[in-house]
Amino acid sequence: MTPAETPMQRERATTIYERSRRGRRAAVLPGAEVPEPPLEELIPAELLRAEPPGLPEVAEPEIVRHYNRLSRRNFDLDSGLYPLGSCTMKHNPRLNERVAALPGHARLHPAQEPRRAQGALELMWLLQRSLAEICGLPHVSLQPSAGSHGELAGLLLTRAFHADRGEERTKVLAPDTSHGTNPASVTMAGYEAVKVATDERGGVEMDDLRARIDEDPDRVACLMLTNPNTLGLFDENIAEIAATIHEAGGTLYYDGANLNAVMGHSRPGDMGFDIVHVNLHKSFSQPHGGGGPGAGPIAVSERIEPFLPRPQVVRRDGGDGGEPFFDLDLERPKSIGRLRGFQGNFGVFVRAYAYILSLGADGLAEASETAVLNANYLKARLAEGRAGERLPVAFERHCMHEFVLSGRPMKRELGLATLDLAKRLLDFGFHPPTVYFPLLVEEALMVEPTETETKESLDAFAAAIEAILAEAEDDPEVARRAPYTTPVRRLDEVKATRRPVVRQTLEG
Amino acid sequence: MLAAIGAESVAELFEQVPVPLRLGRPLALPGGMGEAEVLERMAALAARNADADEQVCFLGAGMYDHHVPAIVDAIVQRSEFLTPYTPYQPEISQGGLQVMFEFQTAISELTGLPVSNAGLYEGPSSVASAGYLAMAATGRRRFVVSRGLHPHSRETLATYAVGYGAELVEVGLRDGETDGGALAAAVDGETAAVFLQSPNFLGAVERVEALGAAAKEHGALLVVATDPMTLGVLKPPGEQGADIALGEGQPLGNRLDFGGPSFGFFCATEKQIRRMPGRIAGETEDVDGRRGFVLALQTREQHIRREKATHNICTAQALNALAAMVHLAWLGRAGYRELGELLVRRTAYARERLAAVEGVEPLHEAPVAREFAVRLAAPVGRVLERCAERGIAAGYPLGREYPEHEDGLLVAITERRTRAQVDALAEALGAAVAAEGGDFAPDGATKSPVGEGVGR
Repeated sequence: MTPAETPMQRERATTIYERSRRGRRAAVLPGAEVPEPPLEELIPAELLRAEPPGLPEVAEPEIVRHYNRLSRRNFDLDSGLYPLGSCTMKHNPRLNERVAALPGHARLHPAQEPRRAQGALELMWLLQRSLAEICGLPHVSLQPSAGSHGELAGLLLTRAFHADRGEERTKVLAPDTSHGTNPASVTMAGYEAVKVATDERGGVEMDDLRARIDEDPDRVACLMLTNPNTLGLFDENIAEIAATIHEAGGTLYYDGANLNAVMGHSRPGDMGFDIVHVNLHKSFSQPHGGGGPGAGPIAVSERIEPFLPRPQVVRRDGGDGGEPFFDLDLERPKSIGRLRGFQGNFGVFVRAYAYILSLGADGLAEASETAVLNANYLKARLAEGRAGERLPVAFERHCMHEFVLSGRPMKRELGLATLDLAKRLLDFGFHPPTVYFPLLVEEALMVEPTETETKESLDAFAAAIEAILAEAEDDPEVARRAPYTTPVRRLDEVKATRRPVVRQTLEG
Repeated sequence: MLAAIGAESVAELFEQVPVPLRLGRPLALPGGMGEAEVLERMAALAARNADADEQVCFLGAGMYDHHVPAIVDAIVQRSEFLTPYTPYQPEISQGGLQVMFEFQTAISELTGLPVSNAGLYEGPSSVASAGYLAMAATGRRRFVVSRGLHPHSRETLATYAVGYGAELVEVGLRDGETDGGALAAAVDGETAAVFLQSPNFLGAVERVEALGAAAKEHGALLVVATDPMTLGVLKPPGEQGADIALGEGQPLGNRLDFGGPSFGFFCATEKQIRRMPGRIAGETEDVDGRRGFVLALQTREQHIRREKATHNICTAQALNALAAMVHLAWLGRAGYRELGELLVRRTAYARERLAAVEGVEPLHEAPVAREFAVRLAAPVGRVLERCAERGIAAGYPLGREYPEHEDGLLVAITERRTRAQVDALAEALGAAVAAEGGDFAPDGATKSPVGEGVGR
């Protein structure tokens, strides 16, 4: 039986192209003001386009309606709890949008000469100093555009570091719980990815780590870790891990996706990490934008610094009692080079720095405390009742900012897969947790509530899980066919991959 | 909450952090501030930048001072677009997924290639990503790169190539255009890809089809970087034999933002669809037969394939791609072409106007679309400083990245640069070159008179 359609479901998806009617338009352009010879007189005819590209023809009111309508077909953080593990969906302060839009930031050309962009360079320098302090490492490059870009940077830095010592190393280790970007970055940087096992406490299995290193000690370039890891657990052996990889001559890389757990409490540099990336779109409140933009600055130790990407923002001595000034340092002979155009995602730096100013030292530490408190509270709530029985926590100890549940009993006893639970949560107005990750945990649900949720919203989430499990005891089919109330129901993803339709076919 | 957890204090929760690794002191950062204070602090920093409202901006080099329509700001600031994560739950992400699908359609139309992704970080790293694809597609490890490719793109490609193990061979320019003979000589059976840019960094519209013949002959991919604002009038890369067309997306709906965030666009032939980097939305149906959109071909991506993924990219630039889509819809089919024509004509005017100035001459005679290069008879840095004092950011000095053009200046035109501003630039350049004692003619012809100050 097909349930009755909601109004949103009745309103079938219509693209901007399908709203197009020949001759309609929105833009009013300035007049040429200059002579208007035929284009062929300016550019050879064979280099000109015969027909304009197929763009929609729509008046402004209809464009606005169209995208507003589309926006309502999204769920977003401002609408409700979004406990995606390892994604840190915390509140995005609107103040940051306002400061990023100041013309001095938003309308500054990236090639403006440094002397006329002192405010921007100083802001970048201040952010570099702030991130260095938070990470406990002396040097920062803001250049990488996102976390995975930071990972690639870190691996290229590792390669340059070893090459400089006349070494060629080929393998990069990462735990079986690592984010997918880790091994993907390893391959892209030209290394071989090697998995390290997880122990019964949820940390790195020390014996396996040593075994992997001993297989080929001269070839191990780096160990990539997330700490707290993707199970939300702080690896208690981190000092020993660091010593082990350093003894083998490798670097230790910190995937900063989970930095939100430890700001102002513990610093990757103090743990022994050489290279850290920071997701400004996670811990530092840059809005996720439906998949970016973000930024993935890297903090590094002294021995990695010579290889940092070009250009680097520096403060130079004014000389003769002159004011110090800020500059772009391009003269970096050992640098790995550029990772992208210009200076990085500056608009993201503005928001992140405004966030750091707003919270300050105490506020950042408190944010991490509350994130950890909220995660442990929600974990405790979900250990009660049906959830405790059907969705046990994968590793029973205090967690940091997130925790992982296993839906294995739920699947075995109720015939309800983690995916079904996730889809049913949509009908209850919640974004589901990250599902089927980490791969180590069967039917995993990875829950990160963040510090900006109230106790009431956590209680409501726990209640929804309880209600879904109760409903499933009665009739598991309800969740198996969920969702019912979303703009569309379960979608055929296999079809979209087997016979991909990735653009619209336009008429004539 | 602590009672429910069964903990005495929040500190107890942090006991899993070994004592020596606890910071044990506050971070050495200032205390927190209220909104008004933060705003004041940030505004004071912003005030120390000469932005494009303060100086008439002839700077380009990949990022341009175009008008961003007001509806772009209004739409991208909606919470429903601003605050969600990547659309991993498609049932509640139809808005974002459909935007990607529309964007892919529009970008595919611009470039003339059938497959577009939903965007990458920005232009230069998209070039590097094309190199990675070309290596996978051909099994070869050699790139032939035109010197007309943006210096940032060439350098980024070189950075990435050290990692994935490829070598670069550069081909020089002749009279502003890629040297066709040298290119043909450089391409061989080991070449994975040929990289061109059109218009190239010096503004010249390249003869892509003719240059690309060498790539076709040897089975290398032809990768063409392009400026999306020129594709209303210029023949698209897809009609000139490109296998991959990509570029910096900032001119479409994105602010200058001192260089980011913007986005990179990336299109390819059908043949490469399963090797594409980045997210791709695809059309499908739900269980009741309703039309819907999902992330297609996720088996290419890192969260599924891990070390076997075609790229490591995860968070990219979705919101910036939305801004581009709204801008393109606002321009529409006719407006987009008209804007392209406007740029070509104003650029032709500006090039001619500047060439008439004593001490300024064209750096090359190749056709241009929206940016052109001139030579100055006085030190470029000093001339730029004099223009800046008159409120004009006169252009991008070529000397840093092209030592052979130490006297070169790259001048960019947008629809915001009026005829009056171009005339003012001509006057300012003439006055500055004269004041710096510059003159191409050995007998010292009459120098331009010093013009009046330039209004905004």
